[in-house]
Amino acid sequence: MAREMVADRHPTDLLLRSDRLPHIWCPGCGLGSVMSCYTDAVQASGIPVPLHVAVSGIGCTGRVAGYLSLDSFHTTHGRAIPYALGLKVANPELQVTVISGDGDLSAIGGNHLIHAARRNIDLTVICVNNFNYGMTGGQAGPTTPRGATTSTTPNGNYEEPFNLPHLLATAGAVYISRWTSLHVRQLRESMRVAIKKPGFSFVEVLSPCPVGFGKANDLGEGRDEMWFYRRRSIVDDNANLADVGLSMSEDEPIVLGNFVNRDRAPFRPAVEKWAIEEVLHGEA
Amino acid sequence: MIRRPMDAGLEQFRVPRGQVFIVPNRCKDCQFCMEFCPQDVLERSDDLNAKGYHYAVVAAGKEDSCVNCQFCNLVCPEFAIFSEEVTEVGSASH
Repeated sequence: MAREMVADRHPTDLLLRSDRLPHIWCPGCGLGSVMSCYTDAVQASGIPVPLHVAVSGIGCTGRVAGYLSLDSFHTTHGRAIPYALGLKVANPELQVTVISGDGDLSAIGGNHLIHAARRNIDLTVICVNNFNYGMTGGQAGPTTPRGATTSTTPNGNYEEPFNLPHLLATAGAVYISRWTSLHVRQLRESMRVAIKKPGFSFVEVLSPCPVGFGKANDLGEGRDEMWFYRRRSIVDDNANLADVGLSMSEDEPIVLGNFVNRDRAPFRPAVEKWAIEEVLHGEA
Repeated sequence: MIRRPMDAGLEQFRVPRGQVFIVPNRCKDCQFCMEFCPQDVLERSDDLNAKGYHYAVVAAGKEDSCVNCQFCNLVCPEFAIFSEEVTEVGSASH
C-alpha cells in the first residue's frame, strides 16, 4: 500500500469555516482536539445540524465559535451562559452548547455558571481548563493549582483553586464529567451524552497550554503535557467529588470520569400565571 | 459467563486497514498523532510545509500498519490528518 496520501480537505470541514484554517491556536494547544470531538458529537447526536448553536465567550477558547460552520455566537466576556439562556428560552428547539474557557466561565462568568446549574437550564457547557489566562499572557486564575508558576504568581500560586466538578455538583448540574484533550474517545462519548441530556450538563476538559502555562511550569511542549496527563490520570466514575481537586504534585492523580448523571426537572420559564401554577404544582 | 472458543469462523475476523491522508499545510508539528498513534505509523517529514513546519508522514516500513482506529483524526488539533478504511479483495490479513 502507498504511504500517506495528500488531501486538500478534511471530512470535518463540513462543520468548519475551513477558509479560516489554519486557526490561531499555538502548536501543542489542545483546543483543536476539543473542537474535533465536539463536531463529532454534533454529527452523532442525531439532532439536525441547523438546530445546533455554539456559544462562546472571550479568550482562546472563545475563538471556537468563529471556526464552526454552525450558528455560533461570540459573546462578551463571561456572559456566554446568559446569551445561551436567551437563545434556549426564545427557541427551545435549539440545542445550545456553550464552549468557553475556565477563566471566562468560572472567573468572570462564575455567577452565571453556578446559577445556570442551580436553575438547571437545559444547556451543555464545555469548559476547556488550561489553568491560566492563556490569551492575555498566562496570568493566574481561579483554576490555577496551588504552587503553579504564572506571570502574576512568579513565586508560586498560594490560592486554593476551584474544584469545578464539585462546585457544579453542589450547585445542581445533572451531568458532570472531566476528561483531557488526550482522552478523545471518552471525551467524544461524554459530549454525546451531555448534548442529549435534558438539563445543565458540564464537561470539563483539561487542555495543554504550552505557551501560557507549560513554559512557566517546565511542562515542556504540548506533547509533553499530553504525556503528563497520560502518566497522572486515573479514571474513577464514582470518585468522591470533594477529592478530585487538581494539584501540581506528581504524587496526586488527576481524576477523570463521568462523575454525575442524575435527573432533575429542567428550567422552564413561567411567563403566564397559569404556567407558574403548572411549574409549581405540576401539570394537571 | 461462559466463554466459547472463537476458532470456528476465525476467518470472518479481520483487522481493518487504513489509508492515511494528510493536509500538509495545516500541520503545526505538535506531534500528538506521532506520539500517540497506537501503531507508531507516523513520523515527521523531512520537508517543510508552507508555514515552515515538519508535517506528519507515514514512516518507512509502516505502509501497511494503519488499522484505521481514527485516533489521529480525533486528536489532531489542526484537522490535518484522517484515515479511511481500505478493503482489499482477497487479502488474508488478520
